[in-house]
Amino acid sequence: MHNGATVFKDQSDPQGRTSGRLSMALQQRGVVGVLFTAPVGIILLLLLAYPFVLGIWLSFTDTIIGRTGHFIGLENYFYLLFDDVFRLTTFNTLLYTVAAVFFKLVLGFALAMVLNRDFKAKGLVRAIVLLPWIVPTALSTIVFWWIFDSQFSCISWVLIKMGILSHEIDFLGNPNNARASVIAVNVWRGIPFFTIGLMAGLQTINQSLYEAADIDGASPWVKFRKITVPLIMPLLAVITTFSIIWTFADFHLIWIMTRGGPANATHIYGTLSYQRAIPGGHLGEGAAISIFIFPILLICVLITAKYLRREE
Amino acid sequence: MAQRFAQKLLRFYIPLILFLLFLLFPFYWMLVTTFKSDVELYNLSLNPFYIYTWSLANVKHLLFDTPFLRWLFNTFLVSVVSAFISLATSLLAAYGIQRIRFRGSGFMGIAIFFCYLVPPTILFIPLATMVFKLKIWDSLVSLSIIYPTFLIPFCTWLLMGYFKSIPKELEECAMMDGASRLWVFFKVIIPLSLPGIVSAGIFAFTLSWNEYLYALTFISSSLKKTISVGLVTELVRGDVYHWGPLMAGALLGSVPIALIYSFFVEYYVAGMTGALKE
Repeated sequence: MHNGATVFKDQSDPQGRTSGRLSMALQQRGVVGVLFTAPVGIILLLLLAYPFVLGIWLSFTDTIIGRTGHFIGLENYFYLLFDDVFRLTTFNTLLYTVAAVFFKLVLGFALAMVLNRDFKAKGLVRAIVLLPWIVPTALSTIVFWWIFDSQFSCISWVLIKMGILSHEIDFLGNPNNARASVIAVNVWRGIPFFTIGLMAGLQTINQSLYEAADIDGASPWVKFRKITVPLIMPLLAVITTFSIIWTFADFHLIWIMTRGGPANATHIYGTLSYQRAIPGGHLGEGAAISIFIFPILLICVLITAKYLRREE
Repeated sequence: MAQRFAQKLLRFYIPLILFLLFLLFPFYWMLVTTFKSDVELYNLSLNPFYIYTWSLANVKHLLFDTPFLRWLFNTFLVSVVSAFISLATSLLAAYGIQRIRFRGSGFMGIAIFFCYLVPPTILFIPLATMVFKLKIWDSLVSLSIIYPTFLIPFCTWLLMGYFKSIPKELEECAMMDGASRLWVFFKVIIPLSLPGIVSAGIFAFTLSWNEYLYALTFISSSLKKTISVGLVTELVRGDVYHWGPLMAGALLGSVPIALIYSFFVEYYVAGMTGALKE
């Protein structure tokens, strides 16, 4: 009896100690914190960080679909640097990004200024303005594809009826027209992001600043330049950074409308890497093309980080 | 008076109307094309902005002669599953980072934010090789587990902002009374941050619904496609464009998103601007 009790006690003691340790560990911030963040950490490590590194590795190999590749060093990169299509793609990507972000910024900011006042149905107008942003881009792109049809475009129809043109515009068949068309669609889709983001920023500007400027007799342009722009700058920088990343790394808008054509005039990094990697089968080369997105990404990240830290 | 009105017209009404025309025209065009007959659609002597005789032929063709309903179901399924995974894990992570404040929590917050900046265009090729090796090629499982990679960073970032606004005293009181972290999390934090959870959920659902590149790369059988991929790959055969059914598909594929959006527009705007400001 006595013996049994000791044995029982001996057995229970280490158990008691471990459960005590467990509950003590669960009181510690470090352990609890790790447990709460572990699921997200694991998912992002396995499906984001690992593929990211794998992509860099693939770009140094000659992997094609169905065959494991060998390490070939920088061969893919050298090949690309002397590839005319790739050079044209680099030009297209820069043009697409600069032009689209510029127009999105200017028009989005303009619309935010127009809407930055009290009027009836403000909520409704704001909801309507966001529509191009929330509707699936692939689906709205299909609509633009139809608007830019070579035979039945409604834009051509109007211009011909008005007597401005004598024949249909070849929107997507002519290189420069095609470039302008895909940029226009990107601008259409991206304006709401700038407008809604900037409207939120404009509302936080203290109205007394404008009143003080009014007393000093400042013109609307001076008020805009000296009050609105400086105060909205940090927010504008973050919005623009996001927009640059998304535009630079765009894919589906162009893939649906032109597939990079005509004559590669609208190929950007995203579409070219898809074309070479998936239908073309050259995974290594495709990965190398997509890696070229990375430097721009890095610069954007650094800019964002700078502004985020400043706000903290 | 008249001068003030003229000024308002010039500075407000005219720009507003021009912007709205530009932003809304594609939707009008989509609607008009959907309900036209082919005869009318391809007759250039008629006014294309007007429907002379309404027709449901395009909608019928889309619903009964293509797997559109199946694509709709696939898209819905993938969006719900990936939004759920993202929301559940992001809630835990956002709470851990924002409230438990352990060593390394600041670093994790920044790391997750940077994950949000990595575009799918960089990841789709290595992910394709992984999906192939894991034998989940051409299955909706691959999309459901890969979509969270772009949803989680956004949701976590958004929820961190909401958690920040909940007073710390509430938690501390509950914990003084002997409540555990998990109890506090489920009974105090989650009820108080419902608006944030709703925004994050809507965003996650919409973003998965809109995804295109992964769905195009990982799925090849017709019956497993999502709406956007299915429409473009199955309704365009060589040089033959079925514009009527295509527009009907674009319309019907946008309606669920537009409906959700119209109910939760305030949450949507709050989420968007909140995420920007954080």
